[in-house]
Amino acid sequence: MSATDASARPGPPRPRRRASQSPGQPQGQGSPRSQGSPSADGAGPVSPTGRAVRRRPSWRRTLRRYLTVGSFIGPALLGIAIFLIFPLGTALESSMHKFGILDAPGTWYGLGNYRYLLHDPFVHTAAWNTLWFCLIMVPAQLVTGLGSALLLTKMRSASSLYRTIFFLPALVPTVAGVLAFVYLLKPGVGPVDTLLGKVGIEGPLWFNSPSWSKPSLVLLAMWSIGNTMVIFLAALLDVPSSLYEAASIDGASAVRQFRHVTLPTISPVLLFTTVINIIATLCLFTEAAVAAAAASGAATVGGGAASNFGYPQESTLTYPLYIYQTGFPQNLLGYANALAIVLFVVTCAVLAVLLRRFRSFTEGAS
Amino acid sequence: MKGHLRQSHRDGAKVARRHRTRLVGMVAIGAAIITAAAACTPSTHASKPIASPGVTASGTITFWHFFTDRESAAIKGVVGDFEASHPNIKVIVKDGQDDDKMTQAIAAGGGPDVGLSYSTDIVGKFCQSGAWQDLTPYIKRDKVDLSQIPGPVLNYTQYNNKRCTMPFLNDAYGIYYNKTMFAAAGITEPPKTLDELTADAKKLTKFNPDGSIKVAGFDPSFGVYENSAAHFAPMTGAKWLTDDGKSAIGTDPAWQDLLNWQKSLVDWYGYNKLTKFNATFGDEFSAQNAFEAGKLAINMDGEWRIASIAADKSKVDYGVAPIPVSAARASTYGSGYITGNVIGISRGSKNPEAAWTFIKYLTTNTDAMVKLANGIKNVPTLTSALNSPNLSADANFKLFLQISANPATSTTPPSGAGTTYQDDMQAFVDKWQAGKVSNLGTGLTQVDSQINQALSIAG
Repeated sequence: MSATDASARPGPPRPRRRASQSPGQPQGQGSPRSQGSPSADGAGPVSPTGRAVRRRPSWRRTLRRYLTVGSFIGPALLGIAIFLIFPLGTALESSMHKFGILDAPGTWYGLGNYRYLLHDPFVHTAAWNTLWFCLIMVPAQLVTGLGSALLLTKMRSASSLYRTIFFLPALVPTVAGVLAFVYLLKPGVGPVDTLLGKVGIEGPLWFNSPSWSKPSLVLLAMWSIGNTMVIFLAALLDVPSSLYEAASIDGASAVRQFRHVTLPTISPVLLFTTVINIIATLCLFTEAAVAAAAASGAATVGGGAASNFGYPQESTLTYPLYIYQTGFPQNLLGYANALAIVLFVVTCAVLAVLLRRFRSFTEGAS
Repeated sequence: MKGHLRQSHRDGAKVARRHRTRLVGMVAIGAAIITAAAACTPSTHASKPIASPGVTASGTITFWHFFTDRESAAIKGVVGDFEASHPNIKVIVKDGQDDDKMTQAIAAGGGPDVGLSYSTDIVGKFCQSGAWQDLTPYIKRDKVDLSQIPGPVLNYTQYNNKRCTMPFLNDAYGIYYNKTMFAAAGITEPPKTLDELTADAKKLTKFNPDGSIKVAGFDPSFGVYENSAAHFAPMTGAKWLTDDGKSAIGTDPAWQDLLNWQKSLVDWYGYNKLTKFNATFGDEFSAQNAFEAGKLAINMDGEWRIASIAADKSKVDYGVAPIPVSAARASTYGSGYITGNVIGISRGSKNPEAAWTFIKYLTTNTDAMVKLANGIKNVPTLTSALNSPNLSADANFKLFLQISANPATSTTPPSGAGTTYQDDMQAFVDKWQAGKVSNLGTGLTQVDSQINQALSIAG
């Protein structure tokens, strides 16, 4: 979509050059689809093969239909079976065994790993940290993403330049981004801290303080918002401007327009980004691991990647990091599988609740 | 307008409903898996008979190690020597490999022919599970003289009398002290006891006008550089595990001595002030290392720091000494913590003969070991190499050789649950130094039960 479209959309109503263009118009004469169907009876896109099929015996028709459908969904089903269902089944089976990675399959342990999980203080810490990120990081990402997308739609000139600038951080590799943040925010010597000191503010310890390490990661997540922003931007530009025109004729304020026109129209996209961000946050691993290693000053120590997880004081020990720590350095792979199964179930439950809540939200919007 | 709104709302609801149906489907699939859990049984590798004496090994082998940069280049040089003297064997070297990665590769039936690990923590699980092959048949066949290897080193390279690894140099820990700062504070010799360490640390510490720390005499914070419960334990002789492999942390009073001493020094600085100071440190393996940069007067570190200081061209004028010990353990002064690199043959190796030839060269050939030790500045693990005139050891390096050979020197014990006991203890001491533990005794007992429970779910 072009820059002029962008500037025209959610802004104040003004005469539209192509406002009445119907979606059917571009498909007029000469489009490949209408050429491909020589409809002598004038019945439109019904193809002659359709009639041929009707004359065949029904079992062949059914078989053919199944083959057609099967050939389309087959590869996807195969992928799901190999890469989702099989590993999930293996994980479930493994979670009921006591074993380390080197002595698989180990000995049967029933629900022992799950019982242990209830009393493991590290699970509580890790689950709390991950929950914290879901409650703070996801809304922060959504608000920043939607906010910057809204800003971009208001941009009159050079909007593609601003879009590029806003999107750039998303192109930075995660590890590089985290390292840059850790060094920029490094207490005492980092540029941010130095600047804050110049204006008389004593900066916090950022990644080195157990109470600031999580907010620092949220800042990082808000910085690299590009992907979410682009999705929102596309959705915002798709809101029909006639709705805004109608709303402003009815005398709706900008806030009311946002609440009653923009939000309901982009709600499917809002749901999509929420779901995606929640899943990503439940799986938060790289950012927390790299930040802990870099902030603890031991990023290059050959002591195993997992030895710094959670620094400082387990404040960044997310649930997936704990799964890794138990599964590999601690050699408790059965237990790690139990943790993973619980994460899977929790993810499904969270999404189920979210989708239900969201439905009532969109119903309430009208 | 109303019509539009209703339409868009309906669309939204439809999408939401569709998502929901899909989700229900996913949950149903998940439930189906419960009834159809697939079995996962990787093949167990039966030990193959080894070749008869005198057979020359040949072929290509892969070798993974964890070293990088300067140290990796030294390894490359020695591998070159090996290939020159064994023209039938080609070694493909991959550097910077993490233990976890190697473990996963071996478990999947692959992995390198020869692997090098930085951690004696893996010896337990690798020997027990057979992830690394038993080397005894090769050692017996080739009549390798194990008496060339010092006793403590022999011990940490085997588990339950099964030798699946050979020692490949080791690391010894001591303290580094800044001679310039010592002279300025009027201290003539490095501290020998924990009380002396505390007194010196206080004398050497300098504060900025705003009260923040400029130079710390000794930074006792756990989690900073090499400061960990494992490396501090020999100061009071604190024991990790009992003889039957359970946690000894709650019952050994030496832990309380160590932690109380550490906390008193932390509190002298003030925990928050110290944390703020620590946050300004550069990365451990860089020229911004706080000791090299003059922010620490005394620091605990391994023998490799000698080479790092030289490589970083740091101007620090330093001396080295064994770690200070508690007054009750004054007789053990001169010992310390050691950890060794261990090398072994993966169970999936296609060419164990060539792999063994390579390991034998690296770990029992005096000249090769001396060259390696000179190159990466680690401690040799052969008596002949330790005494070799070619070993370039200045007075500082010699001290680490002595620490390594001291009979009271110790390391962290192997455990079936890997690093669990150290991870749990690290989490505890982090809370402890932050002042979040009200009763040390009760806290340590809780750590005990955590570790023992984790041991109960280990395979």
